[in-house]
Amino acid sequence: MSAMRTLVAALRDPASVATLDRDAWTALVSVARAEALLATLAHRVEGQPVPPEVEPTLAAARRDAAQAQVAALWEAEMARRALAPLGIEPILLKGTAYAAAGLPNAAGRQIGDLDILVPRDRLDSVEAALLEAGWEWVKDDPYDQSYYRRWMHELPPLIHKTRDRMIDVHHTILPLTARVRPDAAAMINDAHALPLPQSFVNLYEPEDYPEVPADPSVVPPVAGCRVLGRFDIVHHCVAHLMADGELDGGLRNLWDFHYLVREMERRTNGKYVKDLLGDTGRHGLHHPFARTARLAHHLFGPLMYVRESLTLADRLFLRRLLARDDWGKPTRPLTRLAFTIRGHWMRMPPLMLARHLWTKWRKR
Amino acid sequence: MSHNHALRIGPVSFRIRSDWAAPIDTLRRLYAGYPRPAGAFADATVRLEANRFWRRFIRPSVHIGGDWTIPDALPLPLAQGLLAAEMGMNLQVALGWRRHLLIHASAVERDGRAVMMIGASGSGKSTLAALLGEGNWRLLGDEFALLGLDDGMLAPFPRLVSLKNAAIAEVERRVPADRMGPLLKGTPKGDIRHLVPRADAVARMEEGARPALMLFPEFGAPAGVRGVGAAEAFVRLTESSTNYVALGEPGFAAMMNLVRSVPAVAIGYGSSEEGMAAVEALWAELAP
Repeated sequence: MSAMRTLVAALRDPASVATLDRDAWTALVSVARAEALLATLAHRVEGQPVPPEVEPTLAAARRDAAQAQVAALWEAEMARRALAPLGIEPILLKGTAYAAAGLPNAAGRQIGDLDILVPRDRLDSVEAALLEAGWEWVKDDPYDQSYYRRWMHELPPLIHKTRDRMIDVHHTILPLTARVRPDAAAMINDAHALPLPQSFVNLYEPEDYPEVPADPSVVPPVAGCRVLGRFDIVHHCVAHLMADGELDGGLRNLWDFHYLVREMERRTNGKYVKDLLGDTGRHGLHHPFARTARLAHHLFGPLMYVRESLTLADRLFLRRLLARDDWGKPTRPLTRLAFTIRGHWMRMPPLMLARHLWTKWRKR
Repeated sequence: MSHNHALRIGPVSFRIRSDWAAPIDTLRRLYAGYPRPAGAFADATVRLEANRFWRRFIRPSVHIGGDWTIPDALPLPLAQGLLAAEMGMNLQVALGWRRHLLIHASAVERDGRAVMMIGASGSGKSTLAALLGEGNWRLLGDEFALLGLDDGMLAPFPRLVSLKNAAIAEVERRVPADRMGPLLKGTPKGDIRHLVPRADAVARMEEGARPALMLFPEFGAPAGVRGVGAAEAFVRLTESSTNYVALGEPGFAAMMNLVRSVPAVAIGYGSSEEGMAAVEALWAELAP
């Protein structure tokens, strides 16, 4: 079995690591690291029989991820302070949001940049406030700058000059040119203020399913920021995974989706998933959601209300998601290229894509 | 067809795969005295690979891959494959290792106590450590000092010593040729030749040492010794650490404990003899 398959199996069923020999562990650790899933795996297999030589590596990964979350939440606090004079509470997205909301997939979830969502009509003042507070442009190139501003769903990336941390300021969910257009204004409107009620970790209405209270030790005290609503947090995960192109880090995003949905399904006897499905139409995410669910179902285990059979295109997604050899090296260059092209195709109409690629090619 | 090798240096186990036989053959020869990874588990992976298939054969150039890489790093010619392997292994430690506080320093030990030498490239820390390690000191490492987060002990990391430019001649006249790697001319860092640490450094690589002296050598600076306060040492050490920030509070605590309990001095020196004499003199003053 390839190491990528071993990784999928270990996430799906942690007990499956009991049969691995040391070579298999070496390969598993390497591909998990490459997919930014090592600390997630380390949490998942905690308590399983792990060889003594391997355990320190997993323990270090868990500690490292915990510290990285502390740093990520501090970065969110820095953004909050920069935007507070404008009366804007940044909406945290992706890894930082999972950690701030204390969601079950947060344990070991790697967090890179800080992603925040702000109202589009406040973008200019947000940008000015961040520059004032010490963030600087990563890309000074005028074409890149104007490209982001005209077409993308986020500002060009900024990096903080002393803390050396990146921030991505989103103003919509997907690029302005993308064919699927989730309703960002509605998502912003429905966002929740932090700190959240304890029951938010259930991603469901507290009065319906009050039996799983949050573990207070994992709910961090971030106040003055926001997170997306109970369904939108999953919608954003789907949009980010399916409609955002190259599928780099795709396996990790798919795991986020699966673990969140599966856990909520369990806690609400399926009611959460049913209502979540009903909500996808609101954002034009019906098809991306269905595909994400099929892939998650196939790789990580059964989900309710999901059609079992994969389409031909689904199989291509699987090929891409698992395109890595036992030494962590990316493989299947043609499949990868196809997804790069797909990513661009979804972001831009053909003529614009041609112009973009031409400009980029000339600047090589 | 690929070639690979696994080896352990101190607490770190590596596996290295190469598209070419030559770098692996050289590694096998130079690391012959090193153990295999404990229990055959390697926690760091290095890949030496051609970016395009034909670049294995035509003007072969070695791209350094692995668990951790630097984007846009320039490939090296195949003749410098050993350097690529060494850079790849260093990179895994510098960017990935979290089980110790990493300080970019060389270190030597005597009587269970260690001298750490901290400085930028060109300060002479590698050369001094190599030369001391040929005398009545044990070499702990020439590149990374691994400081225990709980016990404050230095874990040896006696990889091959990387000698550069003038340091090569300085060392090669004192050690037998079979402990020297191939001379790599015209690398991005100038001429490089690797030294295999003495057998005692490898045999005792499980045996830690307590830091007793921190030295900031400055090759070419006017001869003299200057005391370095805890605050200055702290700042210079944080600048020399690749994982201080990532470790968070335990890293801070280990660093504070080090600068508070271990004396630090800066020395200027003009020749290796002068540098070694200065270390001996400081050590004699320090001796309990």
